[in-house]
Amino acid sequence: MTRKQRRLVLISCGLAVIGLAVGLVLFALRDNIVFFYGPSELAQKAPSPGARLRLGGLVKQGSLQREGDASVRFTVTDLKQDVPVTYVGLLPDLFREGQGVVAEGTLGADHVFRADSVLAKHDERYMPREVADALKKQGVWREGAAPTGAQDGAQAATAK
Amino acid sequence: MIVETGHYALVLALALALVNSVLPIWGAAVGDRRLMSIAPSVALASFGFIAYSYFALTYAHVTSDFSLVNVVENSHSLKPLIYKISGVWGNHEGSMMLWVLVLAIFAAAVALLSSNMPADLRANTLAVQSWISAAFLLFILLTSNPFARIANPPIEGNDLNPLLQDPGLAIHPPLLYLGYVGLSITYSFAAAALITGRIDAVFARFVRPWTLIAWTCLTLGIAMGSYWAYYTLGWGGFWFWDPVENASLMPWLAATALIHCTLVMEKREALKIWTIFLSILAFSLSLIGTFLVRSGVLTSVHTFASDPLRGVFILVILVLFIGGSLALFAARAGGLKPGGLFAPISREGALVLNNLLLTTSCATVLVGTLYPLALEALTGEKISVGAPFFNLTFVPLFIPLFILMPIGQSLAWKRGDLLAAAQRLTFAIGCGLIVALALAAWRGGPVLSVILSGLAAYVIIGSFADVARRLFAGGASFAAAGRRLFGLPRQAFGSAFAHAGIGVTLLGLAATGWGAERITSMRPGETVEIGPYQLTLEDVSKRQGPNYAEIFGRTTIRSGGVVKAAIEPAMRAYPSRKTSRSEAGIATLGFGQVYMSIAEVAPDGKLDARIYWKPLVALIWLGALIMAFGGALSLSDMRLRVGVGRRARKSAAASPLPAE
Repeated sequence: MTRKQRRLVLISCGLAVIGLAVGLVLFALRDNIVFFYGPSELAQKAPSPGARLRLGGLVKQGSLQREGDASVRFTVTDLKQDVPVTYVGLLPDLFREGQGVVAEGTLGADHVFRADSVLAKHDERYMPREVADALKKQGVWREGAAPTGAQDGAQAATAK
Repeated sequence: MIVETGHYALVLALALALVNSVLPIWGAAVGDRRLMSIAPSVALASFGFIAYSYFALTYAHVTSDFSLVNVVENSHSLKPLIYKISGVWGNHEGSMMLWVLVLAIFAAAVALLSSNMPADLRANTLAVQSWISAAFLLFILLTSNPFARIANPPIEGNDLNPLLQDPGLAIHPPLLYLGYVGLSITYSFAAAALITGRIDAVFARFVRPWTLIAWTCLTLGIAMGSYWAYYTLGWGGFWFWDPVENASLMPWLAATALIHCTLVMEKREALKIWTIFLSILAFSLSLIGTFLVRSGVLTSVHTFASDPLRGVFILVILVLFIGGSLALFAARAGGLKPGGLFAPISREGALVLNNLLLTTSCATVLVGTLYPLALEALTGEKISVGAPFFNLTFVPLFIPLFILMPIGQSLAWKRGDLLAAAQRLTFAIGCGLIVALALAAWRGGPVLSVILSGLAAYVIIGSFADVARRLFAGGASFAAAGRRLFGLPRQAFGSAFAHAGIGVTLLGLAATGWGAERITSMRPGETVEIGPYQLTLEDVSKRQGPNYAEIFGRTTIRSGGVVKAAIEPAMRAYPSRKTSRSEAGIATLGFGQVYMSIAEVAPDGKLDARIYWKPLVALIWLGALIMAFGGALSLSDMRLRVGVGRRARKSAAASPLPAE
């Protein structure tokens, strides 16, 4: 094999791998990214039922209902719009009414959000950044409740 | 007082770093041996000051000196001693102190251990390392001073984030930093080699041990972090594809590629440009990781504070060091002579393919990590890129790597024979097929798990094929092979173990497909079935820890009526932070684990619990330990080759030095 041929083999090999990677990335980015919405945005954009998305906001006071075997129902609100959420599984330790929460799942045709994972932050003073931004957008954010540069821990609960 | 001297020592260390940034490189440029020779002593002195400063901060934490902002925010007088010490790096300022300490440790180690290096290469390496030190010391002193005092000291501190009060977290950051920041030294070597213009096998020989040290620590650090996430976050996951995890995975992938290509450069003088580029890339990825974690663009357990100034400062460091080194690279790389030739099918060819796959998979991780940030900055849309993305991009690129690994090891240098390599691996391929078929027939379960288990068996056995072939070469008897065992270079065993380790990890990952999960509410006395075991919740009670109160459920694990283990999953409440966290109860049975985490007790007296049976899950981390063992074994071989380096240097010195 001549030097030129060798180089050609190496380069075409390299291009094949890179091409494969680019293809995979583009394919995965089309189907596997998850958008984040606040309750008002969700009402506005009306994503197609069945699409995976993340919903962030406050857990509405008095909305948490336990329905037997680890199944719960609660409402996520940005104080303008409410979205009912159902979830089967353990809620994270810091899940509280009136606190920030991020739920991931799909919106059903009945406008009930079916979460398969719920994320709450691990510090009473803390609000997930996305939730804070969503609340700011709705003009219901109080600066006093802003994170005070404290450390925070994310805690997730995922159910099958 | 000690605190003030610590602060002052940090300033002195900065001054020394600035001295060392200029004088040795000047000396190397004009050929002044006296100027070059100050580099090691200054590096050692600088290490001394940084270590003292670090000690001063630790002292303040241990003695609960609440006149320091850093101690007030992150410590509590009732906290156990180990967490007072580990709490030093459990916050932004302290973790940056650990950063510069590791930078200084590596500089000092090079100063002490590399006396046989060419003088100009050594001086330049230490000088480049000092640039990095100076940049980060400046960052600490200007934006994140850990020694800041508070006007009215409170009586008690705010305590450390309970999630971080864990033995795993006491070990994870130092190991991770030794790896992640340790890559700075390969960066310094590469920059120094570019400056001196001497890029040859000698360079590869010197840079390889350091890469191996960093890689070994990084492997252990990532494994430790993953195990910590597994047992403290309470949902049984061990890898979340969180941007912060990706930030440590990317340098690992680059360092793995680097170890393999320095091998080619050392043995065959080929791939020089690529080796230099990877050395720069590996540390650049560490810097990007630091930026992601420390600048506040992400929120996670690891991001401590978001001060925009800090983000901008790190961004400037990032741009200067990555941009500067790439500019230097562009200026010099063109002048490099191509090295040894090799056929596409050869050991070198396989290593090139390995590098290609590793760096491409690293690039997909980078895209997945940065894409959401870029999209949010450009369009304001918020998205998250999670496990599905990485499973679709990263995994398909990694599978060929597993298939290739034993084959590459069986190929000859320069020109290999694919058929002969396959013949050597007959046994390993056979074993892999048998495992896959046996599992398919006996266990069933997900097809992917069956295939991956077979692949893992092939990798584990195939990793030792090369060593076995060398031991039994020429039909040697077992006794003869035993004698040869000590004659073989330890590096051969090192690479065999490291490769087998990744196979073991793969087996653990494959076995997750056979796991079982249950979410249930239990009353004391109730029994649930999980996998092959029965779990009985005996009772639920309360107890008081040093700085927390916990509710725990005593649970017995039985199999066929025989008690196998007892676990106590707990929910801990930390009053000082008004937070709680779950402490999972884990019983290791064989290589599998029963994992149980509990939530609070419901008003009706039921305990919500999440229970998993995870077969072979311990192999995931055991594999990482084996990989690190392989790295250490290979490293222990390096001292034998110091003489080789010396001989090579003599011959290099005999020929005129390249013009600077």
